[in-house]
Amino acid sequence: MSTPLLEMRNISIHFGGIKAVDDVSIDVMPGEVVGLLGHNGAGKSTLIKILSGAYKKDAGEIFVDGKKVEINSPIDAREHNIETIYQTLALSDNLDAASNLFLGREITTKFGLVDDTAMEAESRKIMARLNPNFQRFSEPVRSLSGGQRQSVAIARAVYFNARILIMDEPTAALGVHETAMVADLIKELKAQGLGIFLISHDTREMMDLCDRVSVMKNGQLIGTERVEDVTEDDILSMIIMGKNPKKAA
Amino acid sequence: MSGGLGNLIKTLQIDTRLLGMIGAFIVISLVFHVATGGTFLTPRNLFTLTLQTASVAVMATGMVFVIVTRNIDLSIGSMLGIIGMLMGVIQVQILPDIVGFGSPSIWMITVLAGLLLGAAIGGFQGWLIGYLAIPSFIVTLGGLLIWRGGAWWVSKGTTISPLDPTFVKLGGASGTIGVTASWALAIVGSILTIIFLINTRRKHISHGFAVKPLWAEYALGGILVAAICGITAIMNAYLVPTRILERRFAAEGLEMPEGYTEAYGFPISVLIVLFVTIAMTIVAKKTRFGRYVFAMGGNPDAAELSGINTRMLTVKVFALMGALTAIAAVIASARLGSAGSSLGELDELRVIAAAVIGGTALAGGVGTIYGAILGALIMQALVSGMGMVGVDSPLQNMIVGGVLILAVWIDIIYRRRTGDA
Repeated sequence: MSTPLLEMRNISIHFGGIKAVDDVSIDVMPGEVVGLLGHNGAGKSTLIKILSGAYKKDAGEIFVDGKKVEINSPIDAREHNIETIYQTLALSDNLDAASNLFLGREITTKFGLVDDTAMEAESRKIMARLNPNFQRFSEPVRSLSGGQRQSVAIARAVYFNARILIMDEPTAALGVHETAMVADLIKELKAQGLGIFLISHDTREMMDLCDRVSVMKNGQLIGTERVEDVTEDDILSMIIMGKNPKKAA
Repeated sequence: MSGGLGNLIKTLQIDTRLLGMIGAFIVISLVFHVATGGTFLTPRNLFTLTLQTASVAVMATGMVFVIVTRNIDLSIGSMLGIIGMLMGVIQVQILPDIVGFGSPSIWMITVLAGLLLGAAIGGFQGWLIGYLAIPSFIVTLGGLLIWRGGAWWVSKGTTISPLDPTFVKLGGASGTIGVTASWALAIVGSILTIIFLINTRRKHISHGFAVKPLWAEYALGGILVAAICGITAIMNAYLVPTRILERRFAAEGLEMPEGYTEAYGFPISVLIVLFVTIAMTIVAKKTRFGRYVFAMGGNPDAAELSGINTRMLTVKVFALMGALTAIAAVIASARLGSAGSSLGELDELRVIAAAVIGGTALAGGVGTIYGAILGALIMQALVSGMGMVGVDSPLQNMIVGGVLILAVWIDIIYRRRTGDA
C-alpha cells in the first residue's frame, strides 16, 4: 500500500470535560474521496477543523505525504495545500466574490496595494470553469443565491491548487441541479488526483461519491469501510448503534 | 429612482447615498441661508464651518473602522482631552527648557509625542478588547472616565496657554496657506484626479471589463474638477479683514498700499482633514489591512478561518483610532490656542453620530470614509446654523438628537429598498 496523501493519527481534543474527538485516525489517498459520517455532535466537524487549523488538537499527529506536519492555524493548513469548504461557507457577506475568493491571500500591486482588477479577472476565469452562469462579480455575496455563494466558496478552495480538500456539507443548502453540479465537480477533482474528505448526512449520496467511509459516534471512530464492502443499512447501523456489523460478525 | 436622472446616475456610477448626503447638506445650508438673512452661505461662514468640522471629521474616519469591526469607541473625547493636555504640557512646560523657546522643533516633537501617545492608548484599549475579550463598549466607557480624569489630574483643572505659535497654525484659525498655494493645490489635485480616472479605465479595458461610456468619464471628471476648484474658490474668496492687514503692516513698520487685499485660502487643519480622508480611503479600499477590517465586520469567523488574526486587527484598528484622535487633539487645541481639561468633551458622541449619519452600520461591515466626513459636515452645519439663527443650546441638542435618529431611519429604509441589507 502506498503512502496516504494525508493521515491523521490518534487525534484527540476536548473542550472542558467533553472529549469531542477521542483517539481518531483517518487517512485519504490521492484521487480518493473519504466520507465522514455520524450524527450531529459525533465530532466530524471538530475533527476536520483540526485539519483546517481552526482548532488545535490536544494529542495526535498529522502526516502529509508521510511527513509529519504541524497545523496550528488556517495559514499552516493552507501552506500544506489543505483547503476547506465550510458548512457555513465562511464568506464575508459584505464583500464581493473576488474579495472573498482571495481573502487572506490578496493579489497586490507592486506598491503593495490590493489589486481588485486582477483579482476580479482571476475570479472570472475560475468561475467560467466552475459555474459559467455566474456573472455577479461586483455585488456583495449576501445578495447571491445559495448556489452562487457555494460556487464562491468552492472556487476559493479550488483556486489555490488544493491537494487535500475538505468539504463540510457542501450540498446541504443546494437545489437538485446545483447538488448534481457539486457531485460532478467532486468527481472531476478526484480525477485530478486530489484527496477529498466529504462530510454529509445523506448516506445515499455518500455511497455514491465516496470510495471509503469513516463513521464517528460520540467523538470516537466506529470504523472505516470501503463502500463496495458494505450496504447502506450497515452504514446506518454504524451511525445509530455505534457498532461495526462486519467486525461484530 | 426612475427616468432620465436615475439612468444618468447609474451610468456615472455615482453612489446614491453620497448624492443624498450632499443633497441634505445643500438643503440644510439653503434653509439656514434664508433664515439668517443670507449669512450662512458666505465664504466667511463656510470657512469657519470647515474649521469647526476638522477635528470631528478626522476622528470620524477612524470611527468608521471601529464600527465596521462591530466595535465602538466611547473614549475618544476624553482621549482627545488628555492627549491635548499632555501636548500642551510638553510644548509649554518641558520642551522650551530643552530645545530653547520658539525652536521650530517644538511643534514637531509635540505632534510626534501626541501621535505615539494616541496610538499607545488606543492600542492598549484594543488589546483589552481583542485579546482579553472585554466588550469595546465597556473598555472605552471606562476609558471615557479614566482619560478625562487623567486630563484633570494633569492640569489640576487649569488651562495651558498660550501654545507654541507654530503649533497653533495647525489649527487653521491663524494658519492658512494663501491664495496662490491654494490654487496650486487645486490644480495638482485636479490633475491627480484625472490621472486616476484614466488609469482606472485603462486597467479595466486591459482586463476586458465593461467600462462607462466615454462621455460619462468626461462628465465625472468634470464634476470632480469643478468641485475641487469650487471649494478652492470659496476658500480664496474669504478676505482677511482690512484692520488685521493694517495691523500687520504697522507691526512691520510699513504703510499698507491703497486697495490692498489678501485672502486666507485653505486652512492647514482642512488640508490635514483632506490628507487624512484620502489616506484613510486608500487604507479602506486598497490595503490588506482595510480589506480585513471589512471582512471581519462582515463575518468575524470567516475572517478568522481565512487566516486573519482578528485580535491583532482589533488592536491595530483601535491604535489607528488613537492616532487619529491625537491628530484631532492637535487641531482642536491649536484652533483654540490653549489646552483645557474639558477639551473634546462629548466629541465621542459627535463622532459616532457623524459616522452613523454617513452610512456606517452599527451591525458592522458597512461604512465609507467620505460618508463619515460628510456626516461630520452635516452635523456641524446644523449646529452652527442653529447657533446663528439663535436657537438656544438645549434645543440645539434636542434637534441634533432627533436628526440622528431620523438619519438612521432613512438609512434603514434606503438599505431595504436597495437590498443593501
